[in-house]
Amino acid sequence: MIAFILRRMLQSIAVLLAVGLVAFSLFRYVGDPINAMVGQDTSMEDRALLREKLGLNDSPPVQFLRFIVNAARGNFGLSYRTSEPVGRLIAERIPATLELSFCAAAFALFIGIPMGVYTGLYPRHWSSRLFQAVSLIGISLPTFLIGILLILIFAVSLHWLPSFGRGETVQIGWWTTNFLTISGLKALILPSITLGLFQLTLLMRLVRSEMLEVMRTDYIKFARARGLTNRAINFGHALKNTLVPVITVTGLQLGSLIAFAIVTETVFAWPGIGQLFIQSVQFSDIPVMAAYLLLIGLLFVVINLVVDLLYFVVDPRLRSQGGAARVSGH
Amino acid sequence: MAAASNNPPLLEVKNLRVEFPTRRGTLLAVDDVSFDIAPGEVLGVVGESGAGKSLTGNAIIGLLEPPGRIAGGEVKLEGRRIDNLPYEEMRKVRGARIGAIFQDPLTSLNPLYSIGRQLIETIQTHLPLSGAQARKRALDLLKEVGIPGAESRIDHYPHQFSGGMRQRVVIALALCADPRLIVADEPTTALDVSIQAQIIALLKKLCREHQTAVMLVTHDMGVIAETADRVAVMYAGRIAEIGPVRDVVKHAKHPYTKGLMGSIPSLGVRHDKLTQIDGAMPRLTEIPPGCAFNPRCTFRGQRCMVERPNLMSAGASRAACWLHDRGGVGAPVTKELVDA
Amino acid sequence: MTTAPGGWLHRVTDSDVWWSFKSSPLTVIAAVVTLLIVAVAFLSPVLAPHTPFDPATISLSDGLKPPVLVSPDGDWTFPLGTDDQGRDVLSSIMYGTRLSLVVGVASVVVAMILGIALGLVSGYFGGTTDAVIMRIADVQLTFPAILVALLIDGVVRGIISVQRHDEIAIFVIVGAIGLSFWVQYARTVRGSVLVEKNKEYVQAARVIGLSPVLIMVRHVLPNVTGPVLVIATINLGLAIITEATLSFLGVGLPSTQPSLGTLIRLGNEVLQSGDWWITVFPGATLAALVLAVNLLGDWLRDALNPKLR
Repeated sequence: MIAFILRRMLQSIAVLLAVGLVAFSLFRYVGDPINAMVGQDTSMEDRALLREKLGLNDSPPVQFLRFIVNAARGNFGLSYRTSEPVGRLIAERIPATLELSFCAAAFALFIGIPMGVYTGLYPRHWSSRLFQAVSLIGISLPTFLIGILLILIFAVSLHWLPSFGRGETVQIGWWTTNFLTISGLKALILPSITLGLFQLTLLMRLVRSEMLEVMRTDYIKFARARGLTNRAINFGHALKNTLVPVITVTGLQLGSLIAFAIVTETVFAWPGIGQLFIQSVQFSDIPVMAAYLLLIGLLFVVINLVVDLLYFVVDPRLRSQGGAARVSGH
Repeated sequence: MAAASNNPPLLEVKNLRVEFPTRRGTLLAVDDVSFDIAPGEVLGVVGESGAGKSLTGNAIIGLLEPPGRIAGGEVKLEGRRIDNLPYEEMRKVRGARIGAIFQDPLTSLNPLYSIGRQLIETIQTHLPLSGAQARKRALDLLKEVGIPGAESRIDHYPHQFSGGMRQRVVIALALCADPRLIVADEPTTALDVSIQAQIIALLKKLCREHQTAVMLVTHDMGVIAETADRVAVMYAGRIAEIGPVRDVVKHAKHPYTKGLMGSIPSLGVRHDKLTQIDGAMPRLTEIPPGCAFNPRCTFRGQRCMVERPNLMSAGASRAACWLHDRGGVGAPVTKELVDA
Repeated sequence: MTTAPGGWLHRVTDSDVWWSFKSSPLTVIAAVVTLLIVAVAFLSPVLAPHTPFDPATISLSDGLKPPVLVSPDGDWTFPLGTDDQGRDVLSSIMYGTRLSLVVGVASVVVAMILGIALGLVSGYFGGTTDAVIMRIADVQLTFPAILVALLIDGVVRGIISVQRHDEIAIFVIVGAIGLSFWVQYARTVRGSVLVEKNKEYVQAARVIGLSPVLIMVRHVLPNVTGPVLVIATINLGLAIITEATLSFLGVGLPSTQPSLGTLIRLGNEVLQSGDWWITVFPGATLAALVLAVNLLGDWLRDALNPKLR
């Protein structure tokens, strides 16, 4: 088991290095970093001097190493667009994105899984059929359209909830939080629903089909024959057996939540790293793009590792086989 | 024969009918089946696959898979009707009064829980025991079913056991609350031949010790001959013959049973060749009028083609065959008539 | 029983797939909606009442007219109202749908060709080639398609000038979406190649000296038509959504060449003032199109592989 985890960690580091290489190539070879840093009238000599000072004349492996070391220290250079340090730009905005993603994930998990269990246990009930039909629409609607629809209903027509920004936030150290003010909490509602809805429908459909599958197995029939209560069968035996695929998908979806936050943040003018990324794409602000890419890469790798560890917690078969039968789904 | 007839039966099944509504009409999968099981008795139920034997077992434990349902008749356990109990009432009967063992021990156990947890959970569902008492009982059961090193094995997971050991665990699970009846559906079919005899011997020993009756559903006449007190032979959803095991095996009264007995090899007797019954059991949608066995029967007469025989006394057994009626089977049927 | 000669029509209407199509009313509706949207979109130069992006034909005085059915201020010349520039919403939707469809289909085709080619190469040559291609696929799969497309678009913007970018925006976006969706095809094709490669007829073909390319094209491709078609249909919905999302984010098609996503973005900018129709109608069209295509994809998957259900 330890060997398996070590192997997975090595793989993760390899993936991170690959992402780092892409980020580095972007940073170094797309556009000219010097052009972005100096004015039109800077002389060729000054440019050459700056080039030397920044180490842009060193061999690519040396530059790559320097890039990785700097990145590990949170130093990604200056933004082309605002000339601020990229590390600080990201640090300012990451609490907004993480709080939004956290609320969206909680919304998706705490509503999606129970709905999936319900529709899986009573697939013929009319409300299950309704949920199933609505979920297909949920999967077909693009995130930004859901956001716009919610704004139209709850902000523009009903004036119940704000349609943009974080509302009032409270500063705790370098972290700004929405959770401590009423207006901050109200501001979270629409963006969280928008961001979480797709994951919710996905989770619901997944849990439903897994539940249907598990309820047909012999061990559930045997559990009934042993006279266990419905509660013990449905939630103790059936639900736990659906967890492995659910964890896999939840892990992957958590990552894409943060990526899809780009869209939600744009719709709701939410000052997070997604909005920062979009602005950097529009301005081709390469240092910010590279830093964002590395950050997302890191998040994905961490999430995948956590998912792998959770498999061991859930499934005793993996604990003794050293993860040979790792569930596919990646 | 050991089961004394003056005791009230433990299980009474009367005119049981199980239906499956399908798009092409309703299938009658179990048709008018009646039998009793006395306390401590082992009743073998034998037949080809699709004969309705597993469905009869499932109907008794109240676990017919929808859309299958009991369409008629009644099932009584210890004098109390159980076929029409509400789900929650029947749940309390299952595991407590009737245990069950299924075919495949590999898939009967939840892979994510240790066997100890599954045992304790079952014990505490039915008996008012504390955690420690339940664990003690679980350990005793594991020892009783012959799991070596039960103290350390109790916290192991199903995948850490061999097939035979898992079936022992399944038997322990069925015995958790000391039920009066165990419905064992093909308990050895999925196991290695070398293990089968051990499991059957264990089941027999435990049931004798606990005075538990068994309804042993199998297609293996050999197992029945070794284990059962009485045998019911099923064919196309009906009982073809029922009687004490020795009579059914040695002096079969129904032509189908005769064919079935002809197809088991037995030691010590030289067979030049095993006999077999020509043809196959009809599908439930194509059961012929009269006796369902008539297309394959060598003793077939006119009466068999039109009138369905019910069980009638035939020596110590009862058989559903006109051969045992005073009216006989009627005039022999010519080949042409059958084909027409 | 038709006795028409050369009855391909009969062969189609007699097949299982057709039967499963007919017996699912939802699928039939989805097919009709898809066909209707496609037909109207491609006939937009003929059907559309206005040419909304020709500056000569629009007038600011027609701006922000509401749809006729909901408001007495409406004007029958602009049945779904106009935007703030005085452009007819209905005509914009018709032209926009055409662009969305073109980009969606084109990027699916790009992804398909790329994926099939890489899958064939990966499966047939194996070894290092296979390992490299499949590792790239793994890494890419961990990143959502939208992010990959955004990155590609951002890089292209870094290389070329803004005006050039607007001119070739449609190719950039097709390439970006195409590059972000190839993995599934490659995996499917590779799997099929690995199965077929060791079959006797392929070995025999090799022995008698047929070229590997010919063997692949003749024997492997027919086997993967079904799954590839299913992936393509399901991906079409995704590709349309991705294009719309990119355009909505302002990194897709420019406002001189608006797709449905661009229209929604333009409408969203004035949404706060209550002029909902500029956003809602393109949004509804997009939703209907994607839902219909997804329903067709779901059905096709079940019809071609009942086990997957």
